[in-house]
Amino acid sequence: MSTIKFSIITAAVGLAVLVFAHWFGVDYVYFAGYTILQFIVLSTAWNILGGYCGYVNFGTAAFFALGAYSSVFWYNFFPLPIPVLIVLGAVGSGIVGFGMGYLTLRLRGAFFSIATLALAVVLQTLVVNWDFVGGSRGAYILHPENLEIGSVSVHYIEYLFTLMLVLTVVALVTARIIERSQLGYGFATIRDDELAAEACGVPTLRLKLIATTLSGAFMGMAGAPFPYYIGYLQPQSAFALDYAVNSIAMPMIGGTQSWIGPLIGAIVLGSAQQYATVTISSAVNLLIVGLMLVGFVIIAPNGLYGLVEEQWRRRRRKS
Amino acid sequence: MTALLHVDNISKRFGGFVALDGINLEVQPGERLGLIGPNGSGKSTLVNCICGTLQNETGNVLFDGRTMDGLAAHQRTHQGLARSFQLPRPFHSMSLADNLRVPLLYTVHARPGQLRTPADVEARCGELLTMVGLASKAKQRPRDLTQVEMRKLELARAMAAEPKLLIADESMAGLSHSEIEDILSLLMELNGRGITIILIEHIMSAVMKFSQRLAVLVSGKKVADGKPEDVVRDPEVVRAYLGQ
Repeated sequence: MSTIKFSIITAAVGLAVLVFAHWFGVDYVYFAGYTILQFIVLSTAWNILGGYCGYVNFGTAAFFALGAYSSVFWYNFFPLPIPVLIVLGAVGSGIVGFGMGYLTLRLRGAFFSIATLALAVVLQTLVVNWDFVGGSRGAYILHPENLEIGSVSVHYIEYLFTLMLVLTVVALVTARIIERSQLGYGFATIRDDELAAEACGVPTLRLKLIATTLSGAFMGMAGAPFPYYIGYLQPQSAFALDYAVNSIAMPMIGGTQSWIGPLIGAIVLGSAQQYATVTISSAVNLLIVGLMLVGFVIIAPNGLYGLVEEQWRRRRRKS
Repeated sequence: MTALLHVDNISKRFGGFVALDGINLEVQPGERLGLIGPNGSGKSTLVNCICGTLQNETGNVLFDGRTMDGLAAHQRTHQGLARSFQLPRPFHSMSLADNLRVPLLYTVHARPGQLRTPADVEARCGELLTMVGLASKAKQRPRDLTQVEMRKLELARAMAAEPKLLIADESMAGLSHSEIEDILSLLMELNGRGITIILIEHIMSAVMKFSQRLAVLVSGKKVADGKPEDVVRDPEVVRAYLGQ
């Protein structure tokens, strides 16, 4: 399938989701849907570095919070439309992603992961001590109940949901383009064997920097509208462990070697969490993540997508 | 004739251990050079210094008239230096065809006017796989291969970058007699196409058959360099291999 065809289909599915949510007509659908979409973007972003290149990033929360706090910063400074904030968040997180990559990519395996975790701690400390963005008290973001575009009035949460839907489509299309391009081959060689990759002429350091920048930028984009969604942003919620854990667990459950893995994982795990939040308690979330992760590591180490692909390959070999 | 590869007084140490101690080596275009030495004599370290995996501390490497010092491994590959690894290091998650596609895309495609369309790349992949006799397994993964097939894939991948100089690091270790013949004839064929080859090997029958010239490393020093028949009779080489 060509990229254009894929983009059209993805956009059409996105539009269908939007129409369905509108037809459903309950605000809760937007609230719950927003969270799931946000995790699709986050886990897709994580997968660009973690799945394609094999570098496990524990610092998702740092990039997400950076996007969120960049919005708070601009809100205090000069209120801008959210799409602009998303771009600014992407630029900020992308730059930090590049910097982190430059400083840490000579580390391999667990050492790289520890460095990313440290980044989250450093940034959180910085934000807690920065009064302009609310410090440890947190910051309130006020938004109108409805967004007026000309004569049309849209419920604000519907607007946020739509933005996140667009971001999701962009993230998925980008991930798929990468996967099928020369860049994708390069990323896969880094995951498999960096020494052999260099011997084949792959500029591994440059590719890893592209991956950390792109991955960071998408995480920042996912974070930028967050203060508007939650209304009150504080460091503990922006830097929450959930983001790091979920954005690793979702691609693992869905499958890390394809764009579709994070999508499946985020829908499965995200929906289960939303369901548990409503029916049992929000504290069960991390328990669900843990149990599902353990289950999938045993049953399907390559995720749901890997499981299906393996079956398909076997069947084709038999016939 | 100017040398294709000129290694000038290279030294490399790991902590207090001197792995290479002032190595000089010249390789002429189109030559087949055998490089031998006991285990731990520094053969692989020399290859790593020539190819940029390791950086030598003193001396320099000139390849094709250009200095290679400070260049990363991938830049040297772009200049026409290719190597195969002692233990095959295929890209496990990719099919054999994709394994070859990587150097084609990243090295050959990067040179102006070459492999412009995906169909060109596809065709070249096919040619390379046919050359090493793996065409029927193009869609399989490296884990489905036998040891000798893995070595062939390793050589095909090095060849895919269209090098001027190929360094084959122990590509026959652990193979049976007929398999060694297989690899040897493959290397001879490549040399026939004008590619200069450095063969690092422990299997003396193969080295003697293949090499036009033989260089011997012992404890990080080059102790002999010359015609194979003369070199194997050199008292210092005999001492290194058999003891006194």
